[in-house]
Amino acid sequence: MDFKLSEEQQQLRDTLYRFVQKQYAFEKRREILKSAQGYSDEIWRQLAEMGLTAIGIPEDHGGLGGNGFDHHVVMEALGRGLVVEPYLATVVLGAGTLARAGNAQQKALLEKVASGELKLALAHYEGNGRYELNHVATTAKRDGNGFKLNGTKTVVLHGDAADKLLVSARTSGKERDASGVSLFLVDAKAPGVSRHGYPTHDGHRAAEITLKDVAVGADALIGTLDHGLPIVEQTIQAGISALCAEAIGAMSALIEMTLAYIKTRKQFGVPIGTFQVLQHRMADMLMWAEQAKSMALLAASKVASDDATERRRAISAAKVLVGQAARYVGQQAVQLHGGIGVTDELAVSHYFKRLTLINATFGDADHHLARFSDQIAAEASQSETHPSLMKARKVG
Amino acid sequence: MDLNFSPEDQKFRAEIRAFIDANLPADIREKILNGKRLAKDDYLRWHKLLAKKGWVAHTWPKQFGGPGWTVAQQNIFEEECADAGAPPLMPFGLRMVAPVIQAFGSPEQQAHYLPRILDGTDWWCQGYSEPGSGSDLASLKTRAERRGDKYIVNGQKTWTTLAQHADWIFCLVRTATDVRAQEGISFLLIDMKSPGVSVRPIIMLDGEHEINEVWFENVEVPVANRVGEENKGWTYAKYLLGHERTGNAGVGYCKRWLKQLKKIAAQQPGDDGKPLIEDPRFRDKIAQVEIDLMALEITVMRVIAKEMEEKKPGPEASMLKVKGTDIQQTLTELLMQALGHHALPFQHDAMDIAYKGPIVGPDYDVPHTGHYFNYRKASIYAGSNEIQRNIISKMMLGL
Repeated sequence: MDFKLSEEQQQLRDTLYRFVQKQYAFEKRREILKSAQGYSDEIWRQLAEMGLTAIGIPEDHGGLGGNGFDHHVVMEALGRGLVVEPYLATVVLGAGTLARAGNAQQKALLEKVASGELKLALAHYEGNGRYELNHVATTAKRDGNGFKLNGTKTVVLHGDAADKLLVSARTSGKERDASGVSLFLVDAKAPGVSRHGYPTHDGHRAAEITLKDVAVGADALIGTLDHGLPIVEQTIQAGISALCAEAIGAMSALIEMTLAYIKTRKQFGVPIGTFQVLQHRMADMLMWAEQAKSMALLAASKVASDDATERRRAISAAKVLVGQAARYVGQQAVQLHGGIGVTDELAVSHYFKRLTLINATFGDADHHLARFSDQIAAEASQSETHPSLMKARKVG
Repeated sequence: MDLNFSPEDQKFRAEIRAFIDANLPADIREKILNGKRLAKDDYLRWHKLLAKKGWVAHTWPKQFGGPGWTVAQQNIFEEECADAGAPPLMPFGLRMVAPVIQAFGSPEQQAHYLPRILDGTDWWCQGYSEPGSGSDLASLKTRAERRGDKYIVNGQKTWTTLAQHADWIFCLVRTATDVRAQEGISFLLIDMKSPGVSVRPIIMLDGEHEINEVWFENVEVPVANRVGEENKGWTYAKYLLGHERTGNAGVGYCKRWLKQLKKIAAQQPGDDGKPLIEDPRFRDKIAQVEIDLMALEITVMRVIAKEMEEKKPGPEASMLKVKGTDIQQTLTELLMQALGHHALPFQHDAMDIAYKGPIVGPDYDVPHTGHYFNYRKASIYAGSNEIQRNIISKMMLGL
């Protein structure tokens, strides 16, 4: 085992830490949130210049290559700065999917993602499906050589910023069947696509997207017909791994802030950090964050595993623990700040909101606990008639 | 960044596993896997087998007879032993007094005591806590008065684990009263056969005799049995506590208990007659503790990596103690809960492997409730989890 970053990763991290500290100060971020677009083209350009948008994209498509740990490094740093630009949507989810499953024509677009010119979004979840990946009611019907798409996608992360959308739609089967889903690359401005963008509580953006008789060619298909769900699943898993890293960054920033606060804030004539009840709370926050960090690293190391069972297991486990840690650290950071913690004025509440919404994205802790738990049941039923416990002696 | 074990580590693990498979006596393993009571001889047989192989002092440096393993290898060894159902190696000699003797003892002390710890000649116990000195250990009152080349020791130690088996006890004793509490403590090695030493059992809540009171009444201890300088014992004690905590995560034991829990939950009927493991309300608890354990396993590796880089254990060990004992207690509780009403019968006699009488309920249900009760000790011993949080907030957070 080796927990050290490579020299390149270390450099990237240092650069990004400096960037979020200097170029993405809290007041600057506040201005960005106020803008109509909700993110900054200038910041996006800078991120692209630093090479961020090229991570995970193969070198022969203008990218820098990279694995789950590289995304981990980036997302952890972006999490520290609460960066709202559509990195996750475009690079991790969008470009990642095209790099894994796209056809030659789709892969050719990656160069533009790498250069920062093209933004992507994943339009998969629907209103009645909650977190169930199989739930796809949107349809894609054969139409000549191509398809016609109809349906509505909900809370598409940064869907209003995207130039192209990765849309899942049913090409056969029923609403919740595991097979029969196909994935399409759709121009966000194609006739029949309407997008309603809105802010989310954490200062990011999302969109409700309606597709009405949206015509796409046969070459819009990503991967093979009817077998889009495994692609979507792996994309969501990459997203979860990235979100876990982002949460780690946000939690460490929040712990630093809270620590600084309780060391200086005085009540009863002394810094409140001298009170044991608060010291123990901080110790618990730190332990949660460290356990979460371990799981975020596990997720990053398994996100590209060929073993689908192992991948699911690691990703769900990570999302559970990180979600629970995010909740604890977020809530207690607000609590320890007292009144000022529930104001908009301080960064604390913004971190808390981001951490809360990270838990609610791509399946919350309960959802993934159930997935992980179901896998335990599946393993138990596979291990045939349960052999007597460890050669226990039969007595009496 | 790579979370996989290196090929060398995997080879190392395979070597350990093969040795345990070939050498761990089947009767001992059977006791462990079925949660039966262990005898002194069970511990000693395994100790001596490992000593012969040169592995028993797995945390010691080579110069004192250790195998010279890295911290990561030590961890693999511990995990494999725990997972296979080997009896625990008693830490009192190997991991508590030995590091102190190695760091602060005289060459004569090292030459005398260390080989006897290695080969299992001496069983050690720990004389730290006193009735009035638990978390506030430095307030201890056991007196050692200097008379010529002897100390005369009077006082009482308590919670002394397996003192009934012990040949020697290492003690913190008060040698000065006119100074700060921490500055008047010395570290003495006392022969349990000395006149004036008596051991009184304390029966724990599970009915077992695991801990004791140790009384000292005008016990004569040669000054040569003092480790290091007079009144510097507190420094040595703190050094020792650092060594004690690193091993307290107990990941290997937890992995074995988790496996056992899943097996029992698959055999045990739930209210609807289907296996308990099919009840999501119970199974989700297994899932939760398994996830916590997965995280702890990696956290342990991260702490070990840091320790290897910095060449000394850090305060992170306190985190491992808190999280590890938390998970141990959750697992022992779930093992009890899995039994339903068969958690109720107190079958003390059946804890003996030789017991041939009738058993209420399935044959695996005997130890778990007692084990649950017993394991409430884990968040109390070796520096309570509250003391660990004090250490974390002081050493890691600067509060």
